Amino acid sequence: MAKKIANENANPARTKRSMGVKVGRRISNTFVYIVLILMTVIWLFPFFGIVLESFRVETPQQVSYLWPKEFGWDNYYKLFNETDFMRWFINTGFMGICTAFLQVFFILSVSYTLSRMRFKGRKFLMNFMLILGMFPGFLTMILIYKVFAEAGLTMEMAPVGLIIVYCASSGMGYYVSKGFFDTIPKSLDEAARVDGATRFQVFYKVIMPMAKPIVIYTILMGFMAPWGDFMTASYIIHENSEGMNVAVGMYEWLSKTNLNTHYTMFCAGGVVVAVPVTALFLMLQKYYVEGVTGGAVKG
Amino acid sequence: MQKLSDLQYLKLTKLQRLWYNLTLFFFSIPGWFLKLGRSILGFFKKVGSGFINFFVDIGTTFSKGNWAVKLSFFIFGFGNLYYGQIMRGLFFLLFELVFIAYMLVPSGGIYWLQKGQWFQKGATIGTVQGGSSYDPIFDTEVWHAGDDSVKVMLYGLLTILFIIAFIYTWRLQVKQCGICMDITAQGKKIKSGKDDLRSLVDDQFHKTLLSLPIFGILAFTVLPIIFMVLVAFTSYDAAHDGYSNLFSWVGLDNFNALFDFGSGGLGLAFGEILSWTLMWSFFATFTNYFLGMFVAILINKKGIKFKKFWRTVLVMTIAIPQFVSLLYVSKLFDDSGIIGKLLLELGWFPQALLDMNINSLWDHETSARILLIVINIWIGIPYIMLMATGILMNIPSDLYESSRVDGANAFQQYTRITLPYMLFVTGPYLLTSFVGNLNNFNVIYLLTSGNPLNTEIGTAGGASIGSTDLLITWLFKMTLGSTDAQYYSASIIGILIFVVVAVLSLIVYNVIPSTKNEEDFK
Repeated sequence: MAKKIANENANPARTKRSMGVKVGRRISNTFVYIVLILMTVIWLFPFFGIVLESFRVETPQQVSYLWPKEFGWDNYYKLFNETDFMRWFINTGFMGICTAFLQVFFILSVSYTLSRMRFKGRKFLMNFMLILGMFPGFLTMILIYKVFAEAGLTMEMAPVGLIIVYCASSGMGYYVSKGFFDTIPKSLDEAARVDGATRFQVFYKVIMPMAKPIVIYTILMGFMAPWGDFMTASYIIHENSEGMNVAVGMYEWLSKTNLNTHYTMFCAGGVVVAVPVTALFLMLQKYYVEGVTGGAVKG
Repeated sequence: MQKLSDLQYLKLTKLQRLWYNLTLFFFSIPGWFLKLGRSILGFFKKVGSGFINFFVDIGTTFSKGNWAVKLSFFIFGFGNLYYGQIMRGLFFLLFELVFIAYMLVPSGGIYWLQKGQWFQKGATIGTVQGGSSYDPIFDTEVWHAGDDSVKVMLYGLLTILFIIAFIYTWRLQVKQCGICMDITAQGKKIKSGKDDLRSLVDDQFHKTLLSLPIFGILAFTVLPIIFMVLVAFTSYDAAHDGYSNLFSWVGLDNFNALFDFGSGGLGLAFGEILSWTLMWSFFATFTNYFLGMFVAILINKKGIKFKKFWRTVLVMTIAIPQFVSLLYVSKLFDDSGIIGKLLLELGWFPQALLDMNINSLWDHETSARILLIVINIWIGIPYIMLMATGILMNIPSDLYESSRVDGANAFQQYTRITLPYMLFVTGPYLLTSFVGNLNNFNVIYLLTSGNPLNTEIGTAGGASIGSTDLLITWLFKMTLGSTDAQYYSASIIGILIFVVVAVLSLIVYNVIPSTKNEEDFK
């Protein structure tokens, strides 16, 4: 460092140039700030919009202004007292929690096994799941719906049916956590094995404590899935209000017939759904970022 | 095509190198097909030799085996019992008994297999048609249930899988008996049931861990997919739902519709929708990729403050459930939405659309498609931004230092260092993301539901087609209608989606390794 400074002092032309670079950087940084501020406005505009409109009292329709003429809690009041929203919210939350914890078990089992153990048929299993994943998953719903209908797991029991659907095949989504397990050195396993630990003990006592980030990532993803799912849910629920999740329930409010009476209520519902989910997500953002980057690099 | 050595390659000028790489790429195409053909042939050879080995193996076990082993060809687990493996032996025996009982009882396996009339063209699946007749006691029409085709097919399929499992177990236990015989002949001790149980948490721990997930995948993905592929050869639709009307085997007739390029034909609709799906996927993937990378570079630029804040702002779109943000945004651009109205008032609304009496951007094919891609940028940039941030930090900074010394400017650094490095690392991700966009149901369905309607095609496969429909939303619509759902068409489209994805993946996987060698950074 000292050498560098000395060099710069010795050569006045160079100092001048580095100052030029500094000015140039300041200009380009100003440009970057402008772009970032513009982006922030664009990215946050819909979210401010939805919050503001949820408090609008004067009319439940779409209007051409953003700032409500009259603020009030009316939409929220109606949301909880005049619709099935509460029921949908509880359904979705229930599905989220169950899916999160069941999925962790499935995904970690598969990814751990494929990452740490070598056994006959491992390669076949991986290729098989890869090819299976190329089929549109929705195709399976036609048969599953029929079977669930017979077993009474659709309509008002749809949340239970949906949990089964979300979890049963979740082992196929092992890629991200396998990438994580691959990064834990194998010598750890071997050391424990030499000390006489069974494979189960290695899994439970050596690897699991280190896998906290990926466990949290998997739980987070499992919890978020039911909140955003529309396709499978709408198929299993089959227009029964008792069993709906928030996405399917609130989708109807924006249909052509309901739009003029339910628009602001949709906004209120959207806020109620988004606040807890977003808070949780931002709290665990660190783990999410780790998962995304790790998964992308590993492929 | 002559391959150049490294030295010869370095001697070429830039243009020559480009030309060389391009020709190399095109000359390698026949090679892929050859490779593909060879691997398919290899697969069949493997299967064939597997079959032969199967019988040879069994034959030698039989001829070499003592009477206990020979008897276990007929009584499952007899050899295990004989050699003292009580638990395994009983398990195998029970399996055989259950299988035989299941096949033979009335309305068991054989019954269901016969009912299915498998692959007999024109034959119904299930033999007894339900119907209603007048009941004088209750003074009303009463429904007499017949067979349910779906049930018949499902049970038939399960029976077939059961038979395969039976054959597999048969071979497994015979083989085990042979091994037991060899081990006792050598005078060693045979594994007891206790050892078996213990190995499930040790050497065989993978079996314990995988059993439940694999069962889930078999029951909820493999079985339904086999079922749906079979549906492509039947007349399963809303009118023939299997319960009120049996459906039947139709052979390859359903696939004929694929060659129908008239209005309402599956062929025309598939072509149109596929081309938009590919177009959408391409733009959605690459606009997000490059813009997201650009944003990541901006945020990570030296001297920019509040990095965490900018990142969190963008991550909001990932955190908020998509149906909330997408439905709200779609309404913003509506003719009565805030932005839609603002555009009209400011006079920024495209005049061409106004001339056609359209005052919502969602109501015209071109504007709706462009808007979809733009909104998808809003949704998609944050993911790439997060990912790119992680990767950018991994680029060795001395690369930038030395390039600066050599006089490279920021743009050159981007095209020569950042971009190649990113492409190198995220090649597989690009493929996954392309496939993900191909099947991106949420963005399309929540924003437009596939509208505006495409009047040129009208309805195909039992669903009215919109200009922004992807293959996956089309498939979804095909299965919804209570009177016009065409499950067999959905099945065909599903198979075609599989083919498209498989071909794309195959091509990309074949291209990636070649680019890897060229730009190896390590």
